[in-house]
Amino acid sequence: MVDFVTGLRCRECARTFPAEALHVCDYCFGPLEVAYDYERIAGAVTRARIESGPRSIWRYRDLLPVDDEKPVDLGAGFTPLVRADRLAAELGLGELWIKDDTANPTGSFKDRVVSVALTKARQLGFKVAACASTGNLANSVAAHAARAGLDSVVLIPHDLEAAKVTMTAVYGGTVIAVEGTYDDVNRLCAELTSERPGWAFVNVNVRTYYAEGSKTLAFEIAEQLGWQAPDHVVVPIGSGSQLTKVAKGFAELGKVGLLDEEPAVRISGAQAEGCSPVATAFLEGTDAIRPVKPKTIAKSLAIGNPADGWYALEVMRQSGGSCAAVTDGEVVEAIGLLARTEGIFAETAGGVTIATLCKLAASGAIRPDERVVALVTGHGLKTVEALRDAPGGGPTATIAPTLAAFDAAIDFDPAAEAPEREEATR
Amino acid sequence: MSLTVRIPTQLRTLTGGAGEVEVDGATVGEALKALDAANPGFADRLFDESGSLRRFVNVFLADEDVRFLDGLATPVADGQTLSIVPAVAGG
Repeated sequence: MVDFVTGLRCRECARTFPAEALHVCDYCFGPLEVAYDYERIAGAVTRARIESGPRSIWRYRDLLPVDDEKPVDLGAGFTPLVRADRLAAELGLGELWIKDDTANPTGSFKDRVVSVALTKARQLGFKVAACASTGNLANSVAAHAARAGLDSVVLIPHDLEAAKVTMTAVYGGTVIAVEGTYDDVNRLCAELTSERPGWAFVNVNVRTYYAEGSKTLAFEIAEQLGWQAPDHVVVPIGSGSQLTKVAKGFAELGKVGLLDEEPAVRISGAQAEGCSPVATAFLEGTDAIRPVKPKTIAKSLAIGNPADGWYALEVMRQSGGSCAAVTDGEVVEAIGLLARTEGIFAETAGGVTIATLCKLAASGAIRPDERVVALVTGHGLKTVEALRDAPGGGPTATIAPTLAAFDAAIDFDPAAEAPEREEATR
Repeated sequence: MSLTVRIPTQLRTLTGGAGEVEVDGATVGEALKALDAANPGFADRLFDESGSLRRFVNVFLADEDVRFLDGLATPVADGQTLSIVPAVAGG
């Protein structure tokens, strides 16, 4: 097992630490970041080596913070990158792609980060996998822990969507519903980490490794575009971690020589209005992110105190990207728009991304001459509640089983719908 | 006012390993200053150059983030618990 990690480094004060289960700098509480020996990676990694690897995130093992012959793996990653011409036409855009992370084993991008986190946790000797979650992470931790034979303890807010609770409980771990918001759950987990040092909280004490898994989104997008970086990427913001890691992923590909041209990717962020502390700070032109009490149907993004919000702001501003917040109504409409035009059913977070894409395309912040990628990070089956009462959320009609009732219920002309064919008689 | 302050692992080197410390003070800021007076080193770790809480330090009074209250000026009641918690990501 060879990895190229040289240690951990504080993003705030640059103090260095060994590559252990540490997540914050013990001096200033700044988040720790994995440091790599990029020269050695550049000497080892090639496109051919990656292309001959597994069709999962582990094809990029040289650029991940842990190497293992048998990673904790359900097959996360290498999800479809879908050309979205029909959606692009609706929005007046040119070349638009959807990174369809609904195709992951538990239906969200979280499988990427959890596969990395639990592989590292197992190497460090942990026997229990734990997390605070808005749902998607809970699903993924419970599933990967089951796969690896680890116990799991998952803490979630008490008011999550039914599917996310069932999709966590089915794997047989411990699921604790906490009477509070995600931020309350997260605070409890941060305190529990001090009291239960034998547990790997994937988004707390092994978060440094966990977060690196999101880089694989950038790696895959570039590889799937023929080893080219796109011009513009739209990323949803919960904690802000994914957005910063997508930026890091593109930068690393350039740094180790896997791209023909230096990447210059504008990165734009998407938030729901009911929880938009990062978008608010972006639009106000300030660095001061004021925590909020979330109130939105986009529960997977409902993080009122985003730990990586500052870094997300920095990435968006330095890359020339933008940021917007959208209403719950716009989220529901956007879920329908994506499904109707491209056949992809996104959860509410994906609706936030697509609604923000619409908004930024309309304002000119995303241009028709750009090659654009939007990240759809979770499957719509997880959040069907959001659509139940929306137009189009149920059957077109409910009828008696008769031809007359069917004809009365539908309004298209059967002749116009017949397949085109040569006239047989003339 | 006497308060209990909960100390995270990363700062327990300053308290001789103790996870909880009793301090006095009328506000959150006074309580944290008292914590530093009894256990030198806390002020450096919790506050930036301007005397504000560092951006990755969260302080909760009775489970409420003091940023939602009056910050360091938030008055405290006898017997309340103050928790110092590093910010964490998630989702």
